[in-house]
Amino acid sequence: MYLDHAATTPLRPEARDAWVRTAEELGNASSIHGPGQSARRLLEDARERLAAVAGCDPIEVVFTSGGTEASNLAIKGLWWARAERRDTVVLPDGEHHATLDAVEWLASHEGAAVRSVALDAVGRIAVDVFARALPGSALATALVANNEVGTVNDAAGLAAAAGATGVPLHLDAVAAFGHVPVDFDGWRADAAPTAGLVAMSLSAHKIGGPVGVGALLVSRTATIAPLVHGGGQQRSLRAGTQDVAGAVAFAVAAELAEAEREAEAERLAALREKLVDGIRSSVPDAELLGDPVDRVPGNAHVLFPGARGETLLFLLDQAGIAVSTGSACQAGVPEPSHVVLALGRSADEAREVLRLTLGRTSTDADVDALLRALPSAVERARAASAR
Amino acid sequence: MRILAAMSGGVDSAVAAARAVEAGHDVVGVHLALSRAGGTLRTGSRGCCTIEDAMDARRAADRLGIPFYVWDFSERFRDDVIDDFIAEYRAGRTPNPCMRCNEKIKFAALLERALELGFDAVCTGHYAKLIDGPEGLELHRASDAAKDQSYVLGVLTAEQLAHTYFPLGSTPSKALVRAEAEERGLAVAHKPDSHDICFIPDGDTRGWLAEKVGTAPGEIVDRTGAVVGKHEGAHAFTVGQRRGLSLGVPAPDGKPRFVLEVRPVSNTVVVGPKEALATAEIAGERFTWAGRAPSTAEFACDVQIRAHADPVAAHAVLADGVVTVRPEVPFEGVAPGQTAVMYDGTRVIGQFTIDRTVSAVPVGA
Repeated sequence: MYLDHAATTPLRPEARDAWVRTAEELGNASSIHGPGQSARRLLEDARERLAAVAGCDPIEVVFTSGGTEASNLAIKGLWWARAERRDTVVLPDGEHHATLDAVEWLASHEGAAVRSVALDAVGRIAVDVFARALPGSALATALVANNEVGTVNDAAGLAAAAGATGVPLHLDAVAAFGHVPVDFDGWRADAAPTAGLVAMSLSAHKIGGPVGVGALLVSRTATIAPLVHGGGQQRSLRAGTQDVAGAVAFAVAAELAEAEREAEAERLAALREKLVDGIRSSVPDAELLGDPVDRVPGNAHVLFPGARGETLLFLLDQAGIAVSTGSACQAGVPEPSHVVLALGRSADEAREVLRLTLGRTSTDADVDALLRALPSAVERARAASAR
Repeated sequence: MRILAAMSGGVDSAVAAARAVEAGHDVVGVHLALSRAGGTLRTGSRGCCTIEDAMDARRAADRLGIPFYVWDFSERFRDDVIDDFIAEYRAGRTPNPCMRCNEKIKFAALLERALELGFDAVCTGHYAKLIDGPEGLELHRASDAAKDQSYVLGVLTAEQLAHTYFPLGSTPSKALVRAEAEERGLAVAHKPDSHDICFIPDGDTRGWLAEKVGTAPGEIVDRTGAVVGKHEGAHAFTVGQRRGLSLGVPAPDGKPRFVLEVRPVSNTVVVGPKEALATAEIAGERFTWAGRAPSTAEFACDVQIRAHADPVAAHAVLADGVVTVRPEVPFEGVAPGQTAVMYDGTRVIGQFTIDRTVSAVPVGA
């Protein structure tokens, strides 16, 4: 039983078929001859299809090795191309490590000043608080949906605030794309060329595409420096032979995810409600964290007072049920969740959470299995944690 | 049985886990993360907390086809082992951190969690034997005397021994364990043995202590109290030490002098001739029995006061909550804080932490 779809979700058969089929095609998409042109055609088809789903122009899609590379390109690229005398990066609390660590690296190696933005109690970035942090900053970054607690931000509002203050904004849409509405052009609206939403990170394997494929949407007017230099591919923003098969599989997965998004959102939200209700009836003091309604549909992030998430994960895994504590791991040991801390919770509480995430292949049977195994696991974990 | 195999990433614990699997037990591998600031790569023979060690343990578990997890005991390890180590040195004693780790982490925190989570026993790669004797479970020396680790397991109680599994205890030699690892396709077959203190990565215990405890200049005196030199901190000295004493005043007999005593309160180090290290009696009130308590208040035993010391025949007395041991031939250079493990032949009777020593050579003799 797999309840960790936010970590990665099963590869869609259509994406797999397209991936393998394309990988068997001969040709470097940068070659001038016939096979090169064929590969290029497949690549640009994929770029157009992904652009259509994400709401941007094809030229604005820069394929990467995944969401982490995309976020690093956005943050470091915007930093190195920043306006003069602007040395502050606006970083909300509870961001994904891909952005958090990139910003911290800029702070420790490049002299960036970091201006943090507190989250509210459900993990949302309040637009007015965010807006107050923006003036004079070099760049800002924010999650569209929080990857741990699932809360969905007002991305349009955050982008408008950045546009109004003349600050370039990167949005990390890895956890949101394919699950909640994402619209690059709509959010970018009528911002000035180098301000407002200028870059957005996406990942393929969170929506049934392959691992190792992602994209950074980069506004055609953005000022951004590359991290990887070489053959000049992709607007010279990301050199290297292009992964045509990965791009095609990503496009196929994105189209399918978008086509079924509304129906799936409804189905998964109902399944999640059943899961949360079931947990509450067997563990009355369990608490759903994040926004109860406006969240990634398949995400249930639950606090189990007195039970270590790490121990619950172990016990449930022993019972054949895969779940997550949601937080980053250091050599296999979960850290106390910085996201839960950002919700104003204690360090103990930040270790007493599980992230249960449903996806395309989830059924009632998955939820029933978890609800059967959970009460004894919580009881055991509480006894073990008490020592 | 459901067995939790503690896997350090070394060859011994990997082979121990393999034997547990082969014996038909339901085995889960666990690597203990004892430091949150562990390095990435192993350096030399040190460190049990690097990402590389965790990876070695994981790959061994993969090879055995058992589930594998990393459990975080770094806070407990810091509080119970590292901080204890510093506090003991501050108090002028000489602790054994590996023993403390067995007492507080591996066979306490880990074992307790294992039992709470439904396991029957913890399996480790220690070289020691558990024998089901007529009067209950007994802890014995390993078959390979050179690798025997019964000394550092001397702190285990009957309850702990009842949930412990040492598959390597009867192996005649470590070489056979390595050969077996090779045969089983375990990549750690030729990994160097770990020694020294795992949380002092460069092996410089004095430097590490100086950083943690700080320097505090004080006096070095002889047994009559006469000042014979100065030092930068009493913690840098341990009983029996000869090197590192920069004495301005030569000994009357011209012979080398040794540390006889460390007095933390007055920050004084006492030195004297080698003969004065002879110790006629040791005693302590922090004791445990491995299995059963001795049936009489006085008993004969062999006593070992260091991990790699030879045992010495002795007479032990338990009275008023204190164990007192008098060796037939004096011990040489016993430091308070060391653990004395008492044996009956190969069987561990119990252990105590040495609080008090009595010199065999009176002052002025």
